[in-house]
Parts: sequence; C-alpha cells; structure tokens
Amino acid sequence: MGKFILRRVGVMILTALCLTFIVFFLTNLYPNLEKLAKTQGNFRMSDEEVATFLNNRGYLQPMVTKYGQWLGVLPGYVIEGTDGKVRARCAAPGQPIEEAPTFCGVLQGNWGFSTTIKKDVGGIILEKLGLTGILMFWVMLLMVPSALILGVLAGMREGSRLDRSLSTFSITTTATPEYVSGVLFIAIFASSAVGLKWFKGTATSAMDNVTFENFFLPVLTIAAYGMGYIARMTRASMAEVMTSQYIRTARLKGVSFPNIVMKHALRNALIAPFTVIMLQFPWLLNGVVIVETLFNYKGFGWTLVLAAGNNDIELLLGVSVISVIVVLVTQLISDIGYVYLNPRISVS
Amino acid sequence: MNKDALSWGAIFGQMIIQFAPVLILMAITFAVSIYFKRRLGLYGKLFDSTVGMIGLALVLFWMFTAFFAGLFDMVATHNPLDQSAMMKKALPGTPYTKLIGTPDPNAGAYYLLGGDNLGRDVFSRVIAGSIKVILIAPFATIFAFMVGITLGLPAGYYGGRFDTVLSFLSNLVLAFPVILLFYLLVTPEIVQTGIPVYMAAVLFIFPLVFLVILWNSRYHTQPMKRNVFLAITLVIGIWVYLGIAWDADPLGVISFPPNVLVVFVAVVFVNSPTVFRIVRGLVLDIKTRDYVAAAQTRGEGPWYIMLWEILPNARGPLLVDFCLRIGYTTILLGTLGFFGLGLESESADWGKMIIDGRRLLSANILHIAIPPALALLTLVLGLNFLADGLREESLKD
Repeated sequence: MGKFILRRVGVMILTALCLTFIVFFLTNLYPNLEKLAKTQGNFRMSDEEVATFLNNRGYLQPMVTKYGQWLGVLPGYVIEGTDGKVRARCAAPGQPIEEAPTFCGVLQGNWGFSTTIKKDVGGIILEKLGLTGILMFWVMLLMVPSALILGVLAGMREGSRLDRSLSTFSITTTATPEYVSGVLFIAIFASSAVGLKWFKGTATSAMDNVTFENFFLPVLTIAAYGMGYIARMTRASMAEVMTSQYIRTARLKGVSFPNIVMKHALRNALIAPFTVIMLQFPWLLNGVVIVETLFNYKGFGWTLVLAAGNNDIELLLGVSVISVIVVLVTQLISDIGYVYLNPRISVS
Repeated sequence: MNKDALSWGAIFGQMIIQFAPVLILMAITFAVSIYFKRRLGLYGKLFDSTVGMIGLALVLFWMFTAFFAGLFDMVATHNPLDQSAMMKKALPGTPYTKLIGTPDPNAGAYYLLGGDNLGRDVFSRVIAGSIKVILIAPFATIFAFMVGITLGLPAGYYGGRFDTVLSFLSNLVLAFPVILLFYLLVTPEIVQTGIPVYMAAVLFIFPLVFLVILWNSRYHTQPMKRNVFLAITLVIGIWVYLGIAWDADPLGVISFPPNVLVVFVAVVFVNSPTVFRIVRGLVLDIKTRDYVAAAQTRGEGPWYIMLWEILPNARGPLLVDFCLRIGYTTILLGTLGFFGLGLESESADWGKMIIDGRRLLSANILHIAIPPALALLTLVLGLNFLADGLREESLKD
C-alpha cells in the first residue's frame, strides 16, 4: 500500500509539473506578453519599445529559465536594463538588489503580484479559496445525500415505475448545464415577473453573510448538475448488489425488504459512488466558475475568469496551480479510498 | 400600421405555423419509421421505448429546424443580425417596426419572442443558433471519436510503453479544468501564434489515418480493390484536410473561418481523451474473447483484428457514448459562448444569448434569456434520452 501511494504521488507531481508548464507556456507566449506590456506601459508603444520593456523585466529569457525562476528552483534574474536601472525578480519594491533573496518562486511561497487586483497572488488565492470552500461545502451537503437517496431508491427495485421516473429525473439534471438551470432558477424564483421572489438572483451579499435567501440558488444550481451523475452510478451499483447471491440468501431467510436494503445492500453499494463523488471535483470546479460568474459571487472561479480575461499572468498561474492540485489530489484520494473500501482489490 | 401585440395563444399559433415544415417532416419520419420498425434494426427498436422516442423527437426537431433554416431560409422570421431601434427589449408578440429606414418587406410582421437588448428578433436568433450547434457539435464529436479510436485501439491491444505514455497524456488533458483550457486556447492572442492551426493539423490527420488503415487492413489481400479505396480516400481526404486545417484548399471551395476552427479544435481536444479512455477500456475487455483468439490463430494482422473484429463488437457502448458526447459538446459550445470566447460579438450563439439575457433578468425581462436556455436544454435532453433509449434497447438482445 505504501509503495502504491508513493508511486501515485510521484506520477501526481510529474503531472502537476507538466500541467503548470503548459499553462506557463501558453500565458507567456509573445502576443500575450505584448498585450501585458501595452497594458502596463502604454498602448501606443512601438514594437521595439515593447521588446525593451519586456527584456528589462526578464520576460524575454528562455521559457524554461523563466519557468524555473517562477517555480523557485533557478535563481531569480538580475538584469541591468537599457535604461540603466537594475531590476531583480526577487527584490520587493524599494528593496536594494543586494538584500534580495536569490530564489523566489512558488516553492518559496512567492506567488507573484496580480496586475488586476493589485495585491499579492498568494493572499488573493487564500481569500478566494475560502469563499469557494463555503460554496463547495454547502453544495456537497446538498448534493451527496440527495444523490445517494435518489440512487438507492431507484436501484433497489430495478425496472419499477419508481426506478423509471427517478432515472428520467437524474438524466434531466445531468442534461441541464449550470448556465441553463441557473438562468431558469433565477427567472422562476428570483424575478418579480413570475412573482415568487423566494430567493435573491445574486450571491454577492453571501460573501459577507451567508443566508438561505442569497445562497440557495447558486448551491442548488451546482448541486443539480452533479447530482444526476452520482445518482445514476449509485443506482447501477445498487441494482448490481441487489441481484447478488448473498442478498438472495437473505431474502430466502426471510429478512424484510427494508432491512435487506439498509443492513445488507447499502454498504456494498456505496463503494462505487464514493470514487465517483471524489472524481466529481473537477466537474464541480467548472460548475463553480460558471455559477460564480452567473451569480456574481467573487470566489475562486470568478477570479479565474477575471485573471484569464485580463491576461493577469501570475494570478492565472496561481489559480491554475491550485485547481490542478485540487483535481489531482481528489483523484489520488479516490484511488486510495477505492482500494481501502474494497478489500477484493489488491494494489500489487 | 398600428397593430396590436399578439396574445400568448396567437404567438404559439404563429410559432407552430413557422415550424410547420419541421413538424410535417417529423411526422412523416415517425410514421414511416413506426410502420417499418421491424425491419430497421436497432433504430427500429428505438420506437418501442417511450424515452427513446421522446429523445429522437427532440433531436429530429432541432436537426430539421437547422436544416430548413440553414438551407432554405424557412423557419426564422427575421434576419438574426438585423437591429431595430424600435424593438429594443420589446415584449413577445410586438409588431415589427423600424425607426430608421423601411423594414424588409419579406420579414415577419411580429417579433414572436420579442426583441433583445439591441432590437434583434429573439426567435430568429434561437433558430440561427441551432444551425451553428447542429453543424459543429456532431462533426466535432466524430473527429474526437476518430482520434480516440485510432489511439485507443492500439493502446488497449498492445499495452506496454505506448499505452503508458498515451494514458499519461490523456490524464494530463483530463486534469485540466475545461474552462481554463478554453481560456488558454481560445483567445485572439493564441490564434495569432498559430497554435490552434498546428493542433488542427495534428488532430485532423487522424480521420485520414483511420480510414487508410481501415481499408488497408481489410483489403490488403485484394490490391486492386484496396488501391481504389485508398486513392478515393486520400484524394478527398487530403483535399478536405488542406481546406479545413490549413485553409489552403487548392480549389478554394472549402474554407473554415479561423474563429470557428479554434472552437472546433478546442472542443475536439477536450473530448478525445475521454473517448480514448473508453475505447481503451473496451478493447482491454474484448481482446480476451474467443473470436479474437480465433482471428489471431488464423494469422490475421493486428490492425485487422482491432478494426474489423474488436471495433464492431464495441459499437453498442460507443454509439451510446456518441449520443451523450454530442450533448456534452453542445454544452461545451454553450459554455464557450457564455464566456464570449471564440465568436464574433454579433453572431447568434445560444450560450452568448443566455449570458446577455442574464444581465436583464434582474430587470424582470425574461424573454431574452429563457428561449435560448430552453432550446439548449431540449436539444441536450433529447440526446440524453436518445442515448438512454439506445442503451436500453441494445441491452435487450
């Protein structure tokens, strides 16, 4: 087991390095840098001015060198610019070059500086992750139990009318992307044209104070999309367990149907959904981006859109690193959990 | 000139009249299919399941709508790009007028579903959006399947280092949040660097490779037949390939607008790793069967076994996934539009219309966001129901 985890962690780190390099490469392509120079300097710079601007700030070093510096395994650049000023990557504003540390990258905890929000990227990400964490917590709290209940109810009597209607319902939720269901929910429950006005159409106020009124619609929107898939997996797993020998034995012994479902079938039926729930995280991440944009909730997903839309390279890199790590860690947990929960699978 | 606005009943009546050719063709298709359903194989069996029939009806509805609107300019009442200052945010059923200039005499008398914030007809824009989705989504899915199958078959069949590397790469793409990938790939700056064109050049060669291997493995014992098939495939294939990927069609017939190409490439790129994983899994399962062993004993080549023994036997799950994946691709296209990526700002796109309409929901104007949302919902729902019906009926055998 230890060896298995070690190998998985190794692959995970390799994947994370590859992915961050891809993001780094794509955000640091010359047209992107040119746009950055023009927004930071002025829009009427000529091509040569753009090149000097970028060169003085170390943007024109080879891609791998830049990546190493950003990661913190290569010493940060110290460049004497054409304007006679010496700039160092690691020097804080106003700090003399000699006192600046040699290495300053993500590994040293230096995530860079956001050009749009004008703050330290590390701080921004921490704050936004907290906000999105609250959202995710409520989504999970709503999504997982209702999906499992739906799936178990549908799967315990395969082919029954209850099964058919619940399955159709879960297909419908998986077929409704967040931007459709969100808009429909807002139109039905939040606008005075329909007249219900039960909830609020934006979640901006939920950033300070979460209430049922301002937070239920975004949570419902994300949960609905993920719910159908988990419910279908649970249903399939439950239906399979219900046809197995030991359930038949229990029935022949005369155990009552609710007892069979609760005591015998449920535990084995929940192994497969566990991995599915963990693997839902990357999907939820997409949902978070859409829903936070739709409901104007300034969390992690909203920051991703902001950074990508404004070519805020360091913020975008930070956001990508975090989302990639979230995805990879959940994959790892799902794998380990699957092996742990299901003693029939051996890792070697 | 001063006409009254239509009531909701009249609006629905008018819409049914507009959709008349679509509905008639659907009725004919259904009547013919149900009459001959015993002779139509899996497609015929679809008419035994209610869910499958509902799904097929929804999918056919949008397919025929796109067909009539795209080729014969029939269903829509107005030009989807035509603005009218008088019709800004007009309610459904408002008579069509223009502040400046004379209205097009061929245009309909009413904005059936109202006007959007620039005074364009919402109904016609939803119809125009369907053309785009019906054109891109199935083809992007076919391309993704070609890539996934061409790589997934040998990965599953041979295993080994080839499989390890490809699986690692596909996991790499799958670990990316889709929206981040779109934001990185589908920007004007990236288009400038030409990366999408190179990606298109790599991805679009796969269908060609697939077909060449397909014919060669089947007919290599009959060189005459093989050469004919190969020549036809290569001539048409390379011509289309040059036109689509490099925009260098020597005859100048096929060209692909660069922004559509980027969207197309991004969608294919996101979809193919999942297809690869599915195909690989199916091959791992099927290659232990007896008929594969029999073919190996007969001395058939590996590609013959993969393409003509294993692939046909994996068609059930692949067909179901194909339907689901077209739906997912539709969702992805909507997502791209939602974030305003890869389109001209004017064009009618369901995702873009939804986000534009979203901003007016708080002002209690519902008719701009709801129609495209319902359109996308019904199409994706139809595809999902269709897939469910197919799965159920194919499992019955």
